[in-house]
Amino acid sequence: MNHRRSPEPFLWMLFSSGGMVAALMVPILLFLFGIAIPLDLWSPAPAHLLAVLRNPITRLVLFGLCVLALFHWAHRFRYTLYDGLQLKRYAGPIVVLCYGGAVVGSVIAAALLATV
Amino acid sequence: MSVYQRPVKLFWWLEKRSYVIFVLRELSSVFIAWFVVFLLLLVNAIGDGAASYQTFVDWSGQWWVVAINVIAFLFVLLHTVTWFALAPRAMVIKMRGTRVPAQGVVAAHYLAWFVLSAVVAWVVLR
Repeated sequence: MNHRRSPEPFLWMLFSSGGMVAALMVPILLFLFGIAIPLDLWSPAPAHLLAVLRNPITRLVLFGLCVLALFHWAHRFRYTLYDGLQLKRYAGPIVVLCYGGAVVGSVIAAALLATV
Repeated sequence: MSVYQRPVKLFWWLEKRSYVIFVLRELSSVFIAWFVVFLLLLVNAIGDGAASYQTFVDWSGQWWVVAINVIAFLFVLLHTVTWFALAPRAMVIKMRGTRVPAQGVVAAHYLAWFVLSAVVAWVVLR
C-alpha cells in the first residue's frame, strides 16, 4: 500500500475540523431551533430570520458548518459500523454510503444556501 | 497461510461502562447528521416565506420531534464535552516557548464555546 497517496489523513482532517465546528456551534443552534423556538420560549420574526439568512457571512458559516459536520459524521459513523457492529467486511459499501452521503448533503446545502 | 482471528461478540461494548460511553460518543455523529438535515429543512422553510416557516415551527413543536431534538441535544453535548476533553492531547500550544497546560487548553475551548453561543443567540433573537 502506498501510504503517501492514502486519503486517510485528508479524511481525518475533515473529521477533526467537523468535530470542532460541531462542538462549538451545534449545541446552541439545536437548543434554539430544535427546543426553545418550537416550545414558544422565543418567537423570532420570520422576516428577521430571512434577513439573517441572506447575509453572506451567515450563508458561508452555515455552508461550512454543514459540509464539515457531514464529513465528521461520515468518518465517525464509518468506524462505528466497522467496530461497533463488526461490519468491517462490508467496508466498500460503507465507505460509499458515508462519504457519498456527505457529498450529496453538501451539494444540497450549497444549492439551498445559495438560492434562499 | 490463515491467521486465527479471535471472534468478537457483536455487543462487546456492553461489557464495560467505559466501552458504553465510547460507543455513545461515537453515536453522537448520527445526531450531528440529523441536525444538518433539520437545519437544511429550517433554511428551506425560512426561504419559502412566513407561512412556510410557521408550518415548520408547528411541525417541530410536535412531541416526537421535540423528543428527538432533546435526545440529539444531549448527544451533541456529550460530543462537545468529550471533544474538548481530548483537545489538549490533540494539540500542543506554546506561549513564550512553554507548553500551555492541558487545563488551559480545555478552558480556552469552553470560553470560545460560550462566546460563540452568545453571539449566535444574539444574532438569532435580537
